[in-house]
Amino acid sequence: MAFEGLADRLQNTIQKIKGKGKVTEQDVKEMTREVRLALLEADVNFKVVKDFIKRVKERAVGEEVMESLTPGQQVIKIVKEELSSLMGGDESKIAVSDRPPTVIMMVGLQGAGKTTTTGKLANLLRKKYNRKPLLVAADIYRPAAIDQLETLGKQLNMPVYSAGTDISPVEIVNQAMAKAKEEHLDYVLIDTAGRLHIDGDLMDELIQIKNNVSPDEIFLVVDAMTGQDAVNVAESFNDQLDVSGVILTKLDGDTRGGAALSIKAVTDKPIKFAGMGEKLDQLEVFHPERMASRILGMGDVLSLIEKAQENVDEKRAKELEEKMRSASFTFDDFLEQMGQVRKMGPLDELLDMIPGSNKMKGLKNVEIDEKQISHVEAVIQSMTAKERQDPSIINANRKKRIAKGSGRSVSEVNRLLKQFEEMKKMMKQMTNMQQGGKKGKKGKKGKGFNFPFM
Amino acid sequence: MSFFKKLKEKFQTNQSNEEVSDKYKDGLSKTRKTFSEKINDLVARYRKVDEDFFEDLEEVLIAADVGVSTVMDLIDELKMEVKRRNISDTKEVKSVISEKLVDIYYGDSEEESSVGLNMQENELTVILFVGVNGVGKTTTIGKLAHQLKSEGKKVLLTAGDTFRAGAIEQLSEWGKRVEVDVIKHSEGSDPAAVIYDGIQAAKSREADVLLCDTAGRLQNKVNLMNELSKVKRVIEREIPNAPHEVLLVLDATTGQNALSQAKTFSEATDVSGIVLTKLDGTAKGGIVLAIRNELGIPVKLVGLGEKVTDLQTFDPQAFVYGLFADMIDDE
Repeated sequence: MAFEGLADRLQNTIQKIKGKGKVTEQDVKEMTREVRLALLEADVNFKVVKDFIKRVKERAVGEEVMESLTPGQQVIKIVKEELSSLMGGDESKIAVSDRPPTVIMMVGLQGAGKTTTTGKLANLLRKKYNRKPLLVAADIYRPAAIDQLETLGKQLNMPVYSAGTDISPVEIVNQAMAKAKEEHLDYVLIDTAGRLHIDGDLMDELIQIKNNVSPDEIFLVVDAMTGQDAVNVAESFNDQLDVSGVILTKLDGDTRGGAALSIKAVTDKPIKFAGMGEKLDQLEVFHPERMASRILGMGDVLSLIEKAQENVDEKRAKELEEKMRSASFTFDDFLEQMGQVRKMGPLDELLDMIPGSNKMKGLKNVEIDEKQISHVEAVIQSMTAKERQDPSIINANRKKRIAKGSGRSVSEVNRLLKQFEEMKKMMKQMTNMQQGGKKGKKGKKGKGFNFPFM
Repeated sequence: MSFFKKLKEKFQTNQSNEEVSDKYKDGLSKTRKTFSEKINDLVARYRKVDEDFFEDLEEVLIAADVGVSTVMDLIDELKMEVKRRNISDTKEVKSVISEKLVDIYYGDSEEESSVGLNMQENELTVILFVGVNGVGKTTTIGKLAHQLKSEGKKVLLTAGDTFRAGAIEQLSEWGKRVEVDVIKHSEGSDPAAVIYDGIQAAKSREADVLLCDTAGRLQNKVNLMNELSKVKRVIEREIPNAPHEVLLVLDATTGQNALSQAKTFSEATDVSGIVLTKLDGTAKGGIVLAIRNELGIPVKLVGLGEKVTDLQTFDPQAFVYGLFADMIDDE
């Protein structure tokens, strides 16, 4: 049942046409079939897939294969470009009303995550934009929905307007607006009850709220795991309410999230944010680029290459490589290498770009903690120059000093030293292996590494 | 279409079945319409059974969220069948499609009837509910508690979701509505400890059924899945053979990820059955096909609406009848 990424799927087809100068119609047909399956497996709506494949076919047939790419990569490139353009650019701005308060309405099916997202959005508004939001509990149907929002309000230390369950949501919202104006709160976030898009009465209730307060934003909250039905849901909500944007939740799961593409294609409304975890600060700006790669199940190979070229000083890289080979790799080199890697961007982002990284057992659940890297850096920086060159001189006393200087524990210093030793050993082995066989691929080098921050 | 005739007769001769199937028919009316309409459209559009026909059929099935690999297998089988019987008319192929779909529903065993919950006679039955966030675990527990209570059973609920804001209140509210006791700790406490207390309380109060709620969790969160295994171990330790059911609650709108959910949750807690919720919207139904086909986990309960009585025992025959009612009535 393992989902194969597009890159894997295409392997066979690519093998067949390797080295061709031009992509023929037959090649494209074979490859687009794989693309189609990959998209369908990612839950992209079949109609959207159909249109999409048609466009890719038109573009790919007869195209000259770029010198640097194989025909297979060429097709992947076209697919990715088309996908990215379909997904649209980054659009994570939130409307600001000329006359405060700015009103945001959260709508969606049951269990999509509206209440949690309301809390996260309020948190973001305060943290990033320095706003004062009022949370409005307008879900009078689900048991304890109001309690949930009130608890979130308490956790965030933010005002929540609630008026029990014996009053209509329309009335609750009206009262909340009055309160927001009175207390000079500049955002009103309305948490509405989850409802089916085909439930006429409940949809009317939303329309009534909308007409009453004319919200500046209506966010449709959609579960990223939604299947083919995402299209119907999004289309229906959009037709009835003219939503202004979409928030994708539970994207921290292992779903490919093809729903995102379907929604964008049928509503043409931007996906603005993505829920990336259960904590209240885990609402992130939505990156269409990354989503495109995720849907295809392929690492963002091209951007990884670009990034590496931009940021890694090639000469330095060669020197480091030489050092690795001769095993004269020191903590100084290590520090520099970490710096190089970090320049390329956040590590988990980089990992996502490596094809197959989602499948590698060890990597799958690695929580890369950027803080951890800083700790490692701190420990190394607390060593003297001599110690960095020759770690073997580090005795118990020195360890204590290093631990103190970096603010870490002695055991952490020990662990780093051990891992560094192992890393050096591994490099030695690899060098030996390379000398034996033909020159290994550059990328392979990283495989056995046990980086201290992973 | 002898199969449908049989099915239809069965429903016409059996009055009580009629009621159940009406519920399915209502709940699934959207599903049925779109799905069989599409198949009918398809049959009308193509005169000949060719590659394009199969490609379109593939899409119809995929649109119903039947898993991609299930669809591929099905199409392959259909192609074989069509060749074997030498069918070229699309109208004839329709009956073959229905037969094959029904085959998957029923699996290898002939006309397997609905699989009920594993309830213990004169002894405590423990049911553990697991699933990702927002699928309707707590709501399902509320509905099931109501059902069991009206059957005269003494029911006890345990608020094992100590993480999500308001989850304990939500279960307590259900407890109040259906008038059963809820064992709870405060937010943020250890779920295994709450469940342990629930078991002790159920024993001392001589309850018939203990329904254990847990926090929703995404299946790729290893720590959280380990926590769930621990909860199950605690139950196992306290009562031999328990939990008697581990029900995975699945949202019917979920796409291919439902398979991954079913697989991972099974690994962690040995899922014994599935509750398919929110089946009253559009699309769906297909996921049941895929899960039965690929994982062999039976669907035991379905949520067909918001009312407390809208939780039904999954009846494959009624389900199939609801899905294909149009076709059957055409005959």
